Amino acid sequence: MSGTIVIGVDVGGTFTDVFVYNEATGQVETTKVPSTQGDQSKGFIEGIIRKVVDFGDIRTVVHGTTVGTNALLERKGARTGIITTEGFRDVLEMRRRDRPKTWGLRGEFEPVVARPDRVEVAERVLADGTVLQAVDPEEVKVQARALAEAGCEAACVFFINGYANAENERIAVEAVRSVWPTSYVTAATEILPEIREFERLSTATFNAYLQPVVSSYLDRLEQGLDANGFDGELLIVQSNGGVMGVRTAKDFPVRTALSGPAAGVIAGQAIAAAAGFENIVTCDMGGTSFDVSLVADGAAALAPQTAIDFGMVVRTPMIEITTIGAGGGSIASVDASGLLTVGPESAGSDPGPVCYGLGNTRPTVTDANLILGRINPDRPIGGKLDRLDVDAARAAIRTNVSDLLGLSEAEAAEAILRLANAKMAGAIRLVSIEKGHDPSKFTAMPFGGGGALHTGALIKEVGLGSALVPRFPGVTSALGCVVADMRHDRVQTVNRLLSDIDAAALGDDLQAVANVTQQVVTSSGTAFARIDRLFEFDMLYLGQTHTVAVAVDPSKDLTIKAIQAAFDSAYKATYGRLLDGIPVRVMNYRVTVIGRRPVFDMSVFAPTEGKPAEECRTGTRTVWADGAFHEAALYDRLSLAVGEHIVGPAILEQPDTTIFVDLGLAAIVDAFGNLVIRPEG
Amino acid sequence: MEIDPVTLAILKGRFEQIADEMDATLFRSAFNPIIAEAHDASHGLYDAENGDTLVQGKSGLPIFVGVMAFAVKAVIRKAAAQGGVNEGDMWIFNDPYDGGTHLSDFRLVKPVFRDGNVFCYLASVGHWHDVGGNVPGNYNPAATECFQEGMLIPPVKLYDGGEFRQDVVDILSANSRQPLSLYGDLNGQINAMDLGEKRLNALLDEYGVPTAHDALAALKDRAATMMRAQISNLPSGTISAEDWLDNDGIDDVPLKIALDMTIDGDKMILDFTRSSPACRGPVNISRSTTIAACYVALKHVFGDVPANAGVLEPVEFRIDEDSLLSVKAPKPVGGYTETILRLIDVVFQAVAQVAPKSAMACAYGTINALSLAGHRANGARWVMFSFFGGGHGAHGTGDGLNHGNAPISTATIPPLEILESAYPIRFTKWALRPDSGGAGHYRGGLGAIYEISLLENEADVFLFGERGKVPPRGVVGGGDAATNRFYYEQSDGEHTPPMISKMVGIHLEHGQHVRLETPGGGGYGDALTRNPETVCSDVVQGYVSAEAARDDFGVVFTDAGTVEQAATTALRKERMA
Repeated sequence: MSGTIVIGVDVGGTFTDVFVYNEATGQVETTKVPSTQGDQSKGFIEGIIRKVVDFGDIRTVVHGTTVGTNALLERKGARTGIITTEGFRDVLEMRRRDRPKTWGLRGEFEPVVARPDRVEVAERVLADGTVLQAVDPEEVKVQARALAEAGCEAACVFFINGYANAENERIAVEAVRSVWPTSYVTAATEILPEIREFERLSTATFNAYLQPVVSSYLDRLEQGLDANGFDGELLIVQSNGGVMGVRTAKDFPVRTALSGPAAGVIAGQAIAAAAGFENIVTCDMGGTSFDVSLVADGAAALAPQTAIDFGMVVRTPMIEITTIGAGGGSIASVDASGLLTVGPESAGSDPGPVCYGLGNTRPTVTDANLILGRINPDRPIGGKLDRLDVDAARAAIRTNVSDLLGLSEAEAAEAILRLANAKMAGAIRLVSIEKGHDPSKFTAMPFGGGGALHTGALIKEVGLGSALVPRFPGVTSALGCVVADMRHDRVQTVNRLLSDIDAAALGDDLQAVANVTQQVVTSSGTAFARIDRLFEFDMLYLGQTHTVAVAVDPSKDLTIKAIQAAFDSAYKATYGRLLDGIPVRVMNYRVTVIGRRPVFDMSVFAPTEGKPAEECRTGTRTVWADGAFHEAALYDRLSLAVGEHIVGPAILEQPDTTIFVDLGLAAIVDAFGNLVIRPEG
Repeated sequence: MEIDPVTLAILKGRFEQIADEMDATLFRSAFNPIIAEAHDASHGLYDAENGDTLVQGKSGLPIFVGVMAFAVKAVIRKAAAQGGVNEGDMWIFNDPYDGGTHLSDFRLVKPVFRDGNVFCYLASVGHWHDVGGNVPGNYNPAATECFQEGMLIPPVKLYDGGEFRQDVVDILSANSRQPLSLYGDLNGQINAMDLGEKRLNALLDEYGVPTAHDALAALKDRAATMMRAQISNLPSGTISAEDWLDNDGIDDVPLKIALDMTIDGDKMILDFTRSSPACRGPVNISRSTTIAACYVALKHVFGDVPANAGVLEPVEFRIDEDSLLSVKAPKPVGGYTETILRLIDVVFQAVAQVAPKSAMACAYGTINALSLAGHRANGARWVMFSFFGGGHGAHGTGDGLNHGNAPISTATIPPLEILESAYPIRFTKWALRPDSGGAGHYRGGLGAIYEISLLENEADVFLFGERGKVPPRGVVGGGDAATNRFYYEQSDGEHTPPMISKMVGIHLEHGQHVRLETPGGGGYGDALTRNPETVCSDVVQGYVSAEAARDDFGVVFTDAGTVEQAATTALRKERMA
């Protein structure tokens, strides 16, 4: 490995974004090529070829992938067999006895593994780890062969209470591997040795279900890279925002479930940190949804689990992304009681908003933005259409909203935007205020095509301090690949009273696990600025079932007293009051090892030949805002010099996004080429 | 004052968020799994004058949505008799005759003051693990008076002008088998109330009392308007539906729930006067509980109407005093869940007759409250108490959900690994129950089989279930689901309780088991019109046996397991004739 180039690749539904960074020269280049449906690796290689002549110059390729996400959403994983404890083959299908919606009993659920492919073997481990009945490897082999003959490509072995003692499961996995025709065999406790059978099985099942799909995709990527002379390292972004080696990704494909969106958040975090913002809310607005993530004190919030769809639970640490049904395609309507609603029903991108002219006649958020002058009808984002149909958008708003509410078209359109903004504001409140953060200390960072039209309103609605629009919002995820740290998370259920724990021995265990995990990180060959090790206990009062995360430090002598004190302060911070006299339990321990990549110099984005604002002015457009028409100045955003200052109302245009600076707000170009928007004065 | 529609929509979301966050706080900090895992709790905002529901959380137990208003009304009455409420007061009580449901549900009610006046009330309700009485967990199918079901606390002050009253907590704790759990849950509820008040005050600071006030009034009006619009879509006239409870746990006599539903333009009359009189056992309910259950049923049918008092404005109730559906103390009410599930079933059956497209067949219709209790070798008492799942009814657009939660709740079931790690028991089966869903053009969802074996030397078992004799009904020509079954092992083999799904004091010894086989949901539409290939797939999946496919769906298979088309057509023709 002699190269100096680091490449980030993000494959989206429409475009594949490539970000090329030459560490030796500090030079940055980006390119966009159409994504190749069916085999994304073709567009991937194509994109790199555009910018790199000799693949031997590449040291590292980092990839944020949606192959796993899409296979889950579209249910296009491999046929998978489950081998489980006698009596429990329906755990996956029975879920936690829930339903998709509180009101109206009309839900359905189809598990990704059909019932005949879920088979049982005699074995049993008790909750305390005692083996009540040992597993018979021969019985396991018979069942495994039958599944393989029936056409299963992947297998998942899951035994009840495996978290307490994995011996039976380990023996069974060995037996399956000895007869299974492929290497696609998942052991539930290797994925997640944590109590709660459904969550563990669901996560492990998705690992097995994704393995053939993700592995073969990564194989093709490696072949494509190798064929072009690449001898560097391929890394994959995980849902937790860290990267992993390609080998690990093939073993644990479930960790890529939210790989793509995580890369975007990581980039947002890095851009903001460079610009001096520690606290941001990233906002990704698409056609049907609005994704929000919180970065507090420079760190993205992680969620312990997420549901990809009803009943499809994945329990691995993931960047916490809150999604609400408010996007450019969200449909506005007036309900039976005369109340205006926006979303969650959406026209998506096809047929899309009324102004696309592709057949939808119900007004959307984009239509409202258009008739209020905030979008240029002659320069649609994305390059798919030549122009937008303003008259059709106007008519749709008139018929479906104005006439019913007795408002003018402009008033109705503004009402649609206010409501959509209120929903987005609600999502931001959910991840900020409701977690105890003060919104005035936070900065909104929009990426994707539509977000920057709404950030001004969000500043006003939520009371955010400012907004930060990156110089190239469209390639944020690809940049995130280049700056992401390497990260590995481990969890193990302990499930014992604190008073019964040998704290010193447990501290040694934590260190040992961290050492093994660190080897995985350092063996990758990537250069790190430093290695961080984080240790946490999931703890609770005896009798509770939900835990609080308690940070501990086993590098100093771990004592029961120190753990109790750490629990007390964590519990108090979460709920306000301690419950004296009730014993405390340690449910799980968590070990995280992070290899920090060298800091990426964001000043490479700074405009070098910027011009004064007056010279970047391209005209004016009439916009409606705060109940009246205004003449807003139009600017070519990318031509603006560092330090240029623009007062709202103004519209800044660039190929991949449109930025609206509201009345009462002002924007300034910072030293990194970002646009910082703040209340004026 | 008329409030602008956009501010209204925004405030609607803000108010709901407050209640949702109160729910989330209690779920996370509660001690007993019935709240923490099963979400048997609820929070909301209530009218300062009359206690009407203003806003309710989306994540709380649906049945509480309807019943909490009665709890707040009870506190308002009690406070008025004592000279009014003061800033810093918080009331606590569980009186089911005044506030609805049963003794296990403890409510906190607190006025929120602005400028010296009550702006609204906040309330919290949660199902506590044990509140005394004859049976651990408080589902006592043998109770004939509420005194055998647990302690009954009328509205008393937990905080008096901001002062916490430890003496009240001491009384409560002394009357529970699980005082630690009680203390933890109570603290969780107080946390939720504190948080709700903080959030509400922030909202009022931002928007001002008059605007918030107008928004709440407008939301109620709109709920009523929307409900009227929904009722107007139904054909005018009177339709009837009847369903049955197996028995009251004391006398083995079926109890009738009868509904005559009249649609008159934009008004609806729900007349229950043909229902059975009050019974000796604990399946009676109070009038407020009856109304709350109807609210839940209507919300399931007309899912879009908002959750506030306006929904019931166009609905008139006719319920006889001292009937099964309107009892007073000390008639036992511990098994109220079973009765309200049947109320929902009759509403679904009535709606199916006038609006088949939006109809749902009956869900499994029993909560199956099962408790196992005993002492460990070290003398410590343990009580495992849980509710179990079953199938949802089929509906006009598809099959019912397998293993869902009850229509009155959004409860999830605790993981069996959590139960096994907390109690000396071992599950030997946790599986779907084949052939338990009602046949139909759309098939009812499947119930489940749970088998639990004892690891300690001895334990006592209590079960409070229903649907052991009268199965969950299908609608629009769909078939009934399988009935509820319960088996307990003794030295001479398995037994079934004489009351089928209710029994107290079953004594188990080490290694002996109990097994619940829960009902599925009813079917929708004629089973003989179900696509034979879909039936074939059901058989391959093991949801339906080949026998049931032939007998109930009229589908005949070849030896290879494929559909025998000619024989199927002939059999179906013969059946339809």
